[in-house]
Order: sequence, then structure tokens, then C-alpha cells
Amino acid sequence: MPKPTIGLEVHVQLRTDSKMFCACPVEFGAEPNNRVCPVCLALPGSLPVLNRVALESAIALGLALHCRIAPFSQFHRKNYFYPDLPKGYQISQYDLPLASDGYLTLPTESKATSPKKVGIIRVHMEEDTAKSIHGASLAHNLGYALLDFNRSGVPLLEVVSAPDLESPEEASAYLVELRAILRTLGISSGNMEEGALRCDVNISLDRGTRAEVKNLNSFRAVRKALEYEFQRQCEQVERGEAVLLETRHWDEAKGVTIPGRSKEEAEDYRYFPEPDLLPLEISEDWVEKVRCRLPELPEGRRERLANLGLHLSEAVTLAHNPELACFFDGVLKVGGPPKETANWLLGEVQRILHAGGNSLEETSLTPVHLAEFLRLIQEGVISSKGGKALLEAMLASARSPAELVESLGLAQVSDPIQIRLWVREAITANPKQREQYRQGKETLLAFFVGQVMKQSSGKANPELLDRILKEELQAAA
Amino acid sequence: MINPLLMQPAHRVLPLLQAGEISSAELVRATLNWIAEIDPHLGSFLFVAEARAMAHAQYIDKARQRGEEVGPLAGLPIAIKDNMCQRDTPTTCGSRILEDFRSPYDATVVRKLEEAGAVILGKCNMDEFAMGSSTENSAFQQTRNPWDLERVPGGSSGGSAAAAAAGEAYFSLGSDTGGSIRQPASFCGVPGMKPTYGRVSRYGLVAFASSLDQIGAFARNIPDLALAMQTISGHDPLDSTSLPEAAPDCLAALQLDSPRQRASGMLRVGVASDQLALEGLSPAVRRTFEEAIAKLAGLGFSLEEITLPHASYGLPTYYLIAPAECSANLARFDSIRYGLREEGRDLFDQYCQTRRQGFGAEVRRRIMVGTYALSAGYREAFYLKAQKVRTLIRQDFAKAFQRVDLIALPTTPTVAFRFGERTEDPLSMYMADLFTIPISLAGLPALSLPIGWASPEEGGPPMPVGMQLIGPAMAETLVLQAAYRYEESSGLHDLIPSCVAADPPHA
Amino acid sequence: MIVTLEDVRHIARLARLAYDEEGLLAMQGEMESLLSHFSSISALDTSQIPPTTSVLPLANVLREDTPHLGLSHEEALANAPEQEGGFFRIRTFLEERGNEETK
Repeated sequence: MPKPTIGLEVHVQLRTDSKMFCACPVEFGAEPNNRVCPVCLALPGSLPVLNRVALESAIALGLALHCRIAPFSQFHRKNYFYPDLPKGYQISQYDLPLASDGYLTLPTESKATSPKKVGIIRVHMEEDTAKSIHGASLAHNLGYALLDFNRSGVPLLEVVSAPDLESPEEASAYLVELRAILRTLGISSGNMEEGALRCDVNISLDRGTRAEVKNLNSFRAVRKALEYEFQRQCEQVERGEAVLLETRHWDEAKGVTIPGRSKEEAEDYRYFPEPDLLPLEISEDWVEKVRCRLPELPEGRRERLANLGLHLSEAVTLAHNPELACFFDGVLKVGGPPKETANWLLGEVQRILHAGGNSLEETSLTPVHLAEFLRLIQEGVISSKGGKALLEAMLASARSPAELVESLGLAQVSDPIQIRLWVREAITANPKQREQYRQGKETLLAFFVGQVMKQSSGKANPELLDRILKEELQAAA
Repeated sequence: MINPLLMQPAHRVLPLLQAGEISSAELVRATLNWIAEIDPHLGSFLFVAEARAMAHAQYIDKARQRGEEVGPLAGLPIAIKDNMCQRDTPTTCGSRILEDFRSPYDATVVRKLEEAGAVILGKCNMDEFAMGSSTENSAFQQTRNPWDLERVPGGSSGGSAAAAAAGEAYFSLGSDTGGSIRQPASFCGVPGMKPTYGRVSRYGLVAFASSLDQIGAFARNIPDLALAMQTISGHDPLDSTSLPEAAPDCLAALQLDSPRQRASGMLRVGVASDQLALEGLSPAVRRTFEEAIAKLAGLGFSLEEITLPHASYGLPTYYLIAPAECSANLARFDSIRYGLREEGRDLFDQYCQTRRQGFGAEVRRRIMVGTYALSAGYREAFYLKAQKVRTLIRQDFAKAFQRVDLIALPTTPTVAFRFGERTEDPLSMYMADLFTIPISLAGLPALSLPIGWASPEEGGPPMPVGMQLIGPAMAETLVLQAAYRYEESSGLHDLIPSCVAADPPHA
Repeated sequence: MIVTLEDVRHIARLARLAYDEEGLLAMQGEMESLLSHFSSISALDTSQIPPTTSVLPLANVLREDTPHLGLSHEEALANAPEQEGGFFRIRTFLEERGNEETK
């Protein structure tokens, strides 16, 4: 049974304020051709000037991927004609990319298996093309296209992996991890649906001839396309045919890959160093400065959180959600216990958010308040059930948990005397069940719990109730 | 008949404007009238912005009357080559593909000139996309040499050179990639300068060869040239290849008011005999050059023998690198966002038809050669090899400048040739840049100044001859100082070309 | 130095220049002549010589990430050969790139 060999080529759109080589704002949803200038429109006489933040984002990503940052790097012109490429060449990088020879670690299922490292061949900088919209003109029966250059010149980073991925699931995991890194660094949303992350895949059987698949618009599409393509290549080989070195397109609707237009000749990009831009000399000092400013990355975060006692899956979820992870650390900072924090934050809080269609930032919940909440639970002021109600209230109100417990009357009753009173009332009121319990029907405990809860409007401390109830039921009549 | 004021040096006219003895409106009007009279014979201008120039002149006059700050060149009529973007005027680069193009932005040099108060009269004719040495490659018209209307003004900045020489502007801007300012300056009997690469911003200059292009100027004397150069020089954040330094004060360095204090120290001038021995250098030009060198010695310059062993490979090196870069720079002319659009069977055909109709033969030739030089399988042998030979040439100059302060070379191998003489054989046309190209490859500052006349090989009235003075990087003031000393002694400045002196001009 | 007709055809395609058969032949002759002349540089020993990528003694020319607006919408479209609804309009191009949107 052949094994798939998969490599991914990912383009990341950076979230800088201005474009790669000009000061046009990077904004989306603006009117077409409203965020352009002589440079990104490629008017005659225009010249590029490199965006510092784009460069430092590239260095940061290179470091996050354990790459070697080139001490000497250069831009090249990649020459070809295409309507969305206004200069007739793309400013990109060729044989002196900014970063190379790194790796990305895939999170493991369990602590027992050692994590897989996927090689990163290179990370380089380039610029985005214009956006084109195709349509059909009814009048002329000719195809036509409309071009919007707002996207032209937006900074892109290209990340090329080694063909180390061995399954569609691994490819998916790679993308999820890469997106987590991008979001943690704050340099891109990494959202495929927004076009901030674009992926082309290369797949072959047992490192044989590979096919490239393009037009993948979601992580799901990547996985399904790889599954389909692997199947297709296997069948081809079974029929005795050779796998072709070609570019195919994913048809989302039909769930198949189709061959791309066969090009008469392979494109010759005639790369040469970009004479309008000066070389980059990246000193070790500069790299260190960027390295020091790096936030805690998903890999490191996972390890730290697992060591705090979290389940691996909890650690992974937090590592993949930098905003959530920051919130989590905020709670720990003010004394929140790690496991309980993770449990409530990733459990009940997420459930409430999901039901309301909100994100954490949109609610009033703060780390300090959540820490307070956990203390209230730990001290037995509220029960678990009461806690859920309290959380709902906390997400909607900026008031402190203590205030809310007070005003909503959520405090549980932990006074043993009061509980014993309720218990005795319940037992007295239900002699038959008491008798049945004494004779061995232990499931009736739940019945009595229910009775006391009704009496106490759900406020009886469950642990105390359990103990006292058992005591009273055991006691001689 | 030319108004004599128009042939005065700018540095004498500016005080008159400043003192209010003449108004800018008068001066601009006089220039426009002269252009109307002479330009049908010369063809320097592709576009004259008459209404705009007059409005600008009137605006400056009013501002001056109100006592406002108006800038050091306020009211002075000047011209620029048609490959520099200026709002609300055509910028055609002498090409059909940009015939109707109107730039929505100004080149940095245009902005600097306007901030200085200069009045831009219009756009000058040129070889298409700056490719040529005679301005015969312009898609629109011929420009004639003001000294002999049957001869070329040189190229590619032929229109700018002729305009300055014939009094149609006090100075003009051109661009120089392999000699396109110095060579026409030499042919038209005026000083012309190409600065150190990176001295003058290229933002808004339509690119031909990015690592070689520079904007420079023509004037009728060295002080005016210095004034023009310092106005346009200086760091520009919009051009990554712009040197960080501010513009040098070239004019002050000439110390016009204190002749006795001017540099009299012993400057060493290098002369490369190996260059003078090159085939193609006309004996008459060589003689004139040698006389000029002797004059330099007489002025107190010390002459030293140098060699530039790889300079003779300059031509093939340049004609591989420049076309390679231009093949990419001209790819943006694709009918999509501006410029000519010719319909075709499909988009691919539209590209091909547009570029076929829009580009002239020389442009297409260079795009083909450049594409080939970069193509898979040939890149090593052509483009990369040429960039290595370029390093050798730069090293030659660096070595020479360890021993001398300046280098002198002829500007061109011959005087201005006749129309049609070289158009059939591209190589013969390329030879015109024999002496200017190596300096471009090294990115050094150089000017050409008039040193006399020589008869053409085939006979006929004598035509102007120029000499190049070349300095190390950043040494514009030194070059101008040396040129000024020569000019003062030779008297070969503010020359009046034959077509201007004659009344009516030669047909 | 041999430049074949096929070479010329290939280069013309890459450069998006149209030539008829006669033009191709003429260009073949010109290119062969010019390139033969230029290949005189192959005689030089450049094995120890680095190529010039820039004559400038500069590196790391950067711009701060400060946005500001460039051309207005009207200025951007002012020279457009064809426009529609604020877009540049062209006939459709068939070679896929994979990131176009289809109406």
C-alpha cells in the first residue's frame, strides 16, 4: 500500500498597516481601486520601498519556525505577464530567501508519542496581486473580467514545507499549527476564508512524481482534496498508468481534482536581482532584537500548560487560541488554579459564548473576575450548578462575581444545621422511602437529594447534603 | 529673431527677475514666442504647455509683488524630457504606446523644480523610452541639431539638448543611461551632466534600465548647470536607490564672485591612452580632445597616464544589462491599466498586438535581446557574465581614482552625424556611446563640456566637440569646478548655434 | 553564436511581441549579429569576480509602516482603456491562477 508524500506551499497575507512596497493602506472592503497609488498600480516611473514591519514579521515567522535567518538577503524580479500583475513581474525572492532550513512541530495526540517535525524549506517575502472577478457579458457573449488593485502590493510571506507530511490529517494539523503561530505572532489572521492564508499542495506516492493541487479555499478542502488525489493516484498506478507531473485544480462542488490547462511550455521566470531595491543585511543583533520581542509560541505554550497539569487537548486548544491563552494566563497571574481555570474557561465559558454567538472579547468577563469566581466555587459559596448561572450573568455584566452572587441570590447554603433541618423534614415527610432505603434501595438517595433541593431552592451544598443525608438516613429512627 | 535676453545665462537673468526689472510673464512670453518661431525647424518640443506656463509665471509675479517667498529659480523658463511624469501634461516617452497617457502624479524632480519656482514650458522630444543615440527613434517627430539642421542632435535626450542650445529654455532636464545626456550635449555644443547614480531621484522617471538611469541637466554654461543640478539633487524617500545625502551646493562651490580664491591646487587628471586608441574615434575629434587636454595642463592641472583595461568591453556589457532590465521595465505596458490597447483574438493576442503596434523597432529589438539574455540557458553566459564584467570596469575606475582626481575622455567618437546614417545598423548607432557607457556602468558623475569644433569625416561645416570630465562617486562639485575653470579660459560657453544666429533659421 | 528561429519564436512569446514569419526571420538575423558581438565578454576571466547587483554602497533601505492615501479613485482610473463600475475591465483570461472569484 503506497504512502502519500505531501508538501505544502502556503501564502500568508500580513496584517501590516501599509502595503509591502508603498504606503497605501491595507484595508479590505473598500470601494474598488480606492487604495492604490502609482507604485501598486505600476504607473510608469514608480518605485518600490520596503515596509520595515513586513520585513520584521518575516524575521519573526522565520524564527518561530526555527529557521536560519539569512545574513544577506535580496529581492528578485519574477517575470511573467498576467492581468492581475501590474508590473509584468512580481517582486519576490529567489535564491537568497530571508529564512530557510527550519521546522514546524505538529502537536501530538498523547504525551507518549514524540512530536513530529515537519521541515520548512524556506520563508520568503513577496507582494500580492490584484483581485479579479470574472463574468460573462450577455451582450457580446465574450468572457470579461474586472480588476481591483486594492490588493495589489499587500505583503505576502511564502512558506514552503519539505515533503514530510504523510497524510491528509497531518497536512491539516500543519495548517492549524501554522495558523496558531501566525495569530500568536499577531502578523496575520491566518484565515483561509478571508484569503489571508492560501495553500497549494503537492502530493505524490512514496516520493514519486508529484501533482500540484490549487484552488483550495479552506482547511477542509485541503484535507478532502488530498484524500481524493491520493486515491486517484493509487488507482492510476493500479491501472498501470504513470502519475503525471502536473498542476490540478480542486473542484469544491464536485469533490474532485481536474487537470489544469496544459501549458505549451513551462514558464521561464527569468529571475534577476531587483535593481530598484537594495540588499538586506540582517545582523545577528537585529535577529536577537526580534527574537526577544517574540511572544510565547504555541509549541512552548503547550509544553508549559501541560506541565501545569492540563490535559494535552486543553493545552493544544489554548495554544491554538492566543487570545484565550492570554486570558488564561491572566487568570493564573491573579492566583487562579490552572486545571480548574482550564476546565471552566474551555468548558462552560465556551458553551455560553457559542450559544450567544459571541467572542470572549465581546463579553464583560475579565481574568480577575474569573479568578474570583473560581475562589467562590472552591470555598463552597456557590455550587457547580450555581456557578453556571453565575457565569452567564458575569459574561453579560461588568459587576463582580461577589456582587452578582448577592443580587441574584446564588449563594449556596453550607450551614450544616440548616441542611440537617431540611434533611430531617424531608425524611419525616417521606417515611415510606426512608423505610425502602433502610432496606437496601440505595438509589432513593437521589430522591431525598431532590426533595431537599426543592426545599432549599437548589441552594443546599451538595457535598454537605450528601454526607448529612446519609448520616440521618443511617441513624436509628 | 531671438530675443537676446533668452541667450543670457540664467545666473544673470535671475537677479533681474528678483529685482523686478523683468517680469516672469514677459520672460515666459518671450520664450514661448521664440519656441513658436524656431521649434517648427528644430522639433525640440513634443508638447508646449503654453497656458499653464503663462499662468504659473503670472502667479509668481503676483507672489513676488506681495513680497512672498518665491524660490531661487522663480520665474525661470525651463524644459524637461518627456519621460518625466508631470500632472496634466502628456508623458509619452516618445512612444505610441503612451501617446495618450497623462500622469496623475509628478516626478520628484518636477516637484523640486516647481518648489524652486521654475516654470516648466513643456516636454522635450526623445528616442523612444530613452533607447537611442540620435532621437531618430522618436515615434512622433525628428529633432534637428541647432548647429546643422541636417544632422542629429544626439540622443536619447536630443530634444532637451537642442532646446537648451537654441535658447528655448534656460536649462533643460534629460536622462542618461549610457550617455543620453552627455552625447547630445557634445553634439549640440552645450554642457550636460549625469550625476553619481543615486544623486537624483528616479521617482517619476519612466524606467529604461533601473541600475543605470539618472536624471541630469543641460545648460549653456557651467554655473547654470550647477544651479540646475543642485535643484534636482538630494535624497528622496520614495526612491530606495536614492543616496542619503542632501544636495551639494554646487553653485557656491564655483565661487563665482571670488575668482582669485578659486581652487588653484594641483588637480590630477587621468588620460587613458588605451581609450584614445580605440577604433572608431575620428582623428579630428581626437585632435580637438588632445588640444583640450593640453589646455588643462596649461591651466595647472597635472596630467597622468591611466589605463581602463576593461572599458572597451563596456559596450557589450551595457547592451546586455540595459536590455535585460528594460525587458522587465517595459512589461507593464500591457494594455490593461493605461496606454495603448489594440484588440486581438484573445488576451494573449491583445498583449502582442498592443506591444507590436505601440513599440518601435529599436524598443522591440532591445526587449528581445534582453529577454534572451535573461532566459533559461543563457542567463549565465549573458546577463550574469555581463554583471561580472561590470564589476571589472568599476574596479578599473576605482584603481584609477587612487591615482588621479578626475578623468578626461572624449565624449563621443565622432561629431553629430546625418539623419539616416546609422539607422539601418543598430551596432553602428550603439558605437556612439563608446566613451560614455563605461562611466554609466560604474555609476560615476560625469559631464560633457564644449571644447571646440571639428569637421565631420565626410566633410562639411565644423560641428561641436565635447570632452568628458569624470569624477569619483559623489564628486559633482569637483567635476563642475574643473569644468568651470576650463570654460572660463576657453570662452566656449553661451554659444549661439547657427540656426539661432541666422535670420531666418536654416531650412 | 546560433540563434534559431525557434528561439526567436519562444522569446517573442515570453515578451508578448507579435512577429509574422518575415519579422521573425529578420529578428533572428539581428539577434544573432548583436549577440555574437556581445559574446566577446566571454573571453574575460571572471571566475573570481562577483556580479554587480548595485553600484550603491547601501543596504537595508526601509520605510516605516505608516499608511497614507495615494491616488483618488478617479485618478487611478483616469487612463484606463476600459472601465466598469470602478473596476478596470478586460476580456477574460483563461489560464487559471486559483485565486480568482467567479461571479
